Amino acid sequence: MATGLHKSDFANPVIRWVDARLPVFTMMQKEYGTFPTPRNFNYLWNFGALAMVNLLIMIVTGIFLAMNYTAHTSMAFDSVERIMRDVNYGWLLRYAHANGASMFFIVVYIHIFRGLYYGSYKAPRELLWMIGVVIFLLMMATAFMGYVLPWGQMSFWGATVITNLFSAFPLVGESIVTWLWGGFSVDNPTLNRFFSLHYLMPFVIFGVVFLHVAALHITGSNNPLGIDPKGPQDTVPFHPYYTAKDSVGLVVYFIVFAVLVFFFPNMLGHADNYIPANPLVTPPHIVPEWYFLPFYAILRAVPDKLGGVLLMFGSIAILFVLPWLDTSPVRSMRFRPLARPFFAVWCVTFLVLLYCGGKPPEEPFVTIARVCTAYYFLYFLVILPLLGRLERPLPLPESIARPVLRGGGPLPAGAMGKPMEKA
Amino acid sequence: MSGFPTLRALALGLGLIAAGPAFAAGEEVELPNTRFSFEGLFGHFDRASAQRGFQVYKEVCASCHSMHLMSYRNLRQIGLSEAEVAAIAATVQVTDGPNDDGQMIERPGRASDRFKSPFANEQAARAANNNAYPPDLSVITKAREGGADYIHALLLGYGDPPAGVQVAEGLHYNKYFAGHQIAMPQPLSEGQVEYHDGTKATLEQMATDVTQFLTWAAEPEMEERKALGVKMIIFLTILGGLAYAVKRKVWHDVH
Ligand code: HEC
Ligand code: HEM
Repeated sequence: MATGLHKSDFANPVIRWVDARLPVFTMMQKEYGTFPTPRNFNYLWNFGALAMVNLLIMIVTGIFLAMNYTAHTSMAFDSVERIMRDVNYGWLLRYAHANGASMFFIVVYIHIFRGLYYGSYKAPRELLWMIGVVIFLLMMATAFMGYVLPWGQMSFWGATVITNLFSAFPLVGESIVTWLWGGFSVDNPTLNRFFSLHYLMPFVIFGVVFLHVAALHITGSNNPLGIDPKGPQDTVPFHPYYTAKDSVGLVVYFIVFAVLVFFFPNMLGHADNYIPANPLVTPPHIVPEWYFLPFYAILRAVPDKLGGVLLMFGSIAILFVLPWLDTSPVRSMRFRPLARPFFAVWCVTFLVLLYCGGKPPEEPFVTIARVCTAYYFLYFLVILPLLGRLERPLPLPESIARPVLRGGGPLPAGAMGKPMEKA
Repeated sequence: MSGFPTLRALALGLGLIAAGPAFAAGEEVELPNTRFSFEGLFGHFDRASAQRGFQVYKEVCASCHSMHLMSYRNLRQIGLSEAEVAAIAATVQVTDGPNDDGQMIERPGRASDRFKSPFANEQAARAANNNAYPPDLSVITKAREGGADYIHALLLGYGDPPAGVQVAEGLHYNKYFAGHQIAMPQPLSEGQVEYHDGTKATLEQMATDVTQFLTWAAEPEMEERKALGVKMIIFLTILGGLAYAVKRKVWHDVH
């Protein structure tokens, strides 16, 4: 590519001057202004933008919290309470940050659900999807370490239980745990490093989100029909169409967020975390934050510690290879009559796991969690690969602009079986 | 939109189920639900009740329980005057210093001091209480499942154990305490304090008042929070209407 000034289309001389030397305005115009976007999004396509906003809220509230927070075992708990009492609007910062983490996971879970239902992980968006799974993992690590910072009973015991999982690995396990702790128990060094990393990770997430969006703008967005736009009649420019539509979703998101922060700020938390950490008193039920419960249930479903740890990590790792496990060429489940009920059951399984994870490890929850864990993996490892071969997809519409079928559209290459008759 | 509503319902269910685990732990006796003035969207603290509650705390609970996150000046918020707060603070001696000679000094408390703790440290507290630790009460209503209802019930939950239940030496039967055997002797009894405002100090009255006070202490921001919340929701609802109208207008030619 030749060097030299960029040819800018902007009329304003200042913007034009900058844009010619650093075409950020052209980039924004291209990626968020005129960017051709499928015209048929439903409101589930709001959640990416919501996650982005949520990340920014976490960073802003977090930075102000960090100005008043003290990362020392003898002061952390009181410093958080001091933020709530003596810092101007400190209670708002703290409750927005704590509930913001919950909102973040609600948003991202729905975002992932959207991807699963509409097959957004399939070619050509495999890498985009995998980057998303990386973001999810980083979020979990960030939230886990954040929850340790207020140094309440659940902070301490949650950290102890979760870091101890690594001791399940043979030979190196114990050393890894000592290394994570910076000592021989969860203590001040642990709190300090967790604070440092908790401050760092969101910015790493921000970088990975950038890659996520960059990859998205190469492949373009998927859509509820799961078929590619065939021309300009199938798309609208991102602005003003989707800026307007995202704004509606954003306000609804803020209403839900506000109800939590202003009226039920501690509903999703655990009362025990308002008891200062005490290494000598183990709480009767140690439970992680609600958004980890499905994975916690999988961990506990396995009688063997190492097996549980592997299965828990496996439950997320499997998402990385999902694009190759799902063999159906049809993206959207709207046209997959068999896959749909199996997926619905998978969603129920996930919610039941979430429920079981919050229960004490006793019957009937253990058995229920085991059945659900089995189905969780069965769905990805057996059902999806087989469905691609056995299922007869419904006829796909010819294009997004003409979704009404006249005699059925072309079958995607590679789909087995005959298209079903129109009901 | 075929098949979508079921899945949408599932997605919404996620949020609801998520709330479950927070309430799920334990199988204690069901708590009676007490009506407090601070409940609900427009809830506010009953100043007179909170002041009486402070009196109960000061005259009864404070001999065992600290509230180290509270300062005397905070009491202004429940309606005590500057002079009253100064007088209350001055009743305690606090250790300050070191002075220019390197000596620690004792001086009367000031409004800016934290509530004075009854014991120097946890060991001293345990030594005086049969090896049980009376927890700090600053955030107690946030730190127990059931919150204010639990504290209220706990204070009224003393009584004779049911037939066949052996209460261990130094412990007391309490219907609502986990395990039903608590190291705290029944702290309140009929007419235990003489309220400044002439209210009759029944057991129920004192329990309600001290719970009101402790809830305020745990969440002093609650009134401000809820008031701001109501404004936020109204603002966002209007903004949402506008955003939706704009969206409809923008999409007019596409649909
Ligand atoms: C004689 C000392 C003493 C007095 C006075 C006293 N307490 Fe306690 N309190 C204790 C002890 C000791 C415990 C710890 C009980 C245990 O762990 O078994 C306790 C525990 C508690 C608990 C925690 C119960 C739980 O769920 O863990 C609350 C709440 C409480 N007290 C409130 C009060 C209130 C309110 C008052 C004043 C009306 C008061 N206490 C007066 C000694 C006292
Ligand atoms: C991905 C974004 C983030 C997530 C998911 C997240 C999550 C959390 C969680 C779950 C807590 C515990 C809340 C509680 O119960 O008190 C917390 C606390 C905290 N976070 Fe974050 N956080 C994020 C970003 C940040 C950033 C960018 C900073 C600082 C620059 C920060 C600073 C803090 C501080 C100081 C605390 C302790 C105060 C408190 O507990 O309220 N966070 N975080």
